[in-house]
Amino acid sequence: MSGTQTTYNDKVVRQFAVMTVIWGIVGMLVGVIIAAQLVWPELNIGFLHFGRLRPLHTNAVIFAFGGCALFATSYWCVQRTGHTRLWGGPLIPFTFWGWQLVILLAAVSLPLGITSGKEYAELEWPVDILITLVWVSYAIVFFGTIGKRTVSHIYVANWFFGSMIIAVALLHLGNSAALPVTFLKSYSAYSGVQDAMIQWWYGHNAVGFFLTAGFLGMMYYFVPKQAGRPVYSYRLSVVHFWALIFTYMWAGPHHLHYTALPDWTQSVGMLFSLILLAPSWGGMINGIMTLSGAWHKLRDDPILKFLITSLSFYGMSTFEGPMMSIKTVNALSHYTDWTVGHVHSGALGWVAMVSIGSMYYLLPRLFGKSEMYSTKLVTTHFWIATIGTVLYIASMWIAGVMQGLMWRAVNADGTLAYSFVESVKGSYPFWAIRWLGGVLFLTGMLIMAYNMFKTMAGGNTKDVPVIAPAGHHA
Amino acid sequence: MDINDLRSIITVAGLLCFLAIVGWAYGKNSKKGFEEAANLPFAEHDDQGAMSKPSHPR
Repeated sequence: MSGTQTTYNDKVVRQFAVMTVIWGIVGMLVGVIIAAQLVWPELNIGFLHFGRLRPLHTNAVIFAFGGCALFATSYWCVQRTGHTRLWGGPLIPFTFWGWQLVILLAAVSLPLGITSGKEYAELEWPVDILITLVWVSYAIVFFGTIGKRTVSHIYVANWFFGSMIIAVALLHLGNSAALPVTFLKSYSAYSGVQDAMIQWWYGHNAVGFFLTAGFLGMMYYFVPKQAGRPVYSYRLSVVHFWALIFTYMWAGPHHLHYTALPDWTQSVGMLFSLILLAPSWGGMINGIMTLSGAWHKLRDDPILKFLITSLSFYGMSTFEGPMMSIKTVNALSHYTDWTVGHVHSGALGWVAMVSIGSMYYLLPRLFGKSEMYSTKLVTTHFWIATIGTVLYIASMWIAGVMQGLMWRAVNADGTLAYSFVESVKGSYPFWAIRWLGGVLFLTGMLIMAYNMFKTMAGGNTKDVPVIAPAGHHA
Repeated sequence: MDINDLRSIITVAGLLCFLAIVGWAYGKNSKKGFEEAANLPFAEHDDQGAMSKPSHPR
């Protein structure tokens, strides 16, 4: 090594970490608003109604909050476990500012009703092109940094982050293929049932790679770090990584049960969804068992509480998912609030909690502190978030099963026992509980923001030198 | 040869590839490398005393 010391590029990690908390609050606030709109319909004011705000909520929490968390943690992890500085020059700040621009464009275009109508891929073609540019830059930076690592192994977390980057590029390009007719309007390159299948190939793999593989990468770095011990089984991590890669791509058809999609395709989707239980639980077991022999750490470390609870919710929702993909179960659950509950068990319980835990690990280190301004507030955040999540998913389970049962109930003469609006009326109390759960979760994020700004105050943002890998002492 | 034969071949090749990965991961030769890789996160400023811990006994 040369005499001049290289440092880690923590500036971009700092930017993404702070924006994770900010966008988390924005996205969850919109979620709370639309939850309130369902309980109190008079809150649908002008064009800011549920239909316009719902895609804003999903895009903000998945791509703004989740996306910033993935950028921050992957940039941190790839530098630390590769013992090298982030590579890519001007592409690095471009990934930050470009991604923020994408978010701002989404925040403007979606409430205005500018949409391609594809769930989780609503943004119109000019924004899609910007996303592609940012994402390709991200891939160049990430894999460029992997390429110049100074250790021989590529740590398993980086395999997960890398697969997320490649798969999301593939999905985005595949599903967003469209013919622009004006600057703000395009039509999908596919039509009919093929369009639906491409959409859910994208949609389910956005769950599988963006919201699972990426956040498992986070888990594989931050759980061992916070627990102070290596991952339970590195072998298991390799095997369940490849099992996820080989299976996830085929599970999409379970979103299209009992539609015009050919029956055999639905069955293939269901089968692969059932198989997915094994690799998903492989990750959960590996993460939780990393703590074996050190369970006492869970008692007073709120960051570990966040991380381990996130894995429990991951295990729950990846059991629930395969179960709901079974066609007979799906006949009851589909189009009901059960689906919404399932999604939030994954989104709040797994994705948000693992991100929050990782951010609490990162924030003090990014600002030259030894710990957060208040560990007590982290504990408070943990309990508020957990109670909020449980209220949310329990109310949606009850509402969903009730709706499914009411819709399928028939009288002796074959007529429907309930009108649709009766199921809406029956859902009101549960929608109110769901709203309360959301308010609690949002409150936790506000506490986090206060704690973050207090931690940032007077912080030291000088880059730290790259550590030579073991056996390479300078 | 029908395109569906090709599709079947790819599926079977994918399965064999996965089984080969499982065989490799649980083979004796990969143990030392995995041990090193598993300890990669533990070589930082705040890791004195946490470095190169033995992996869980398995």
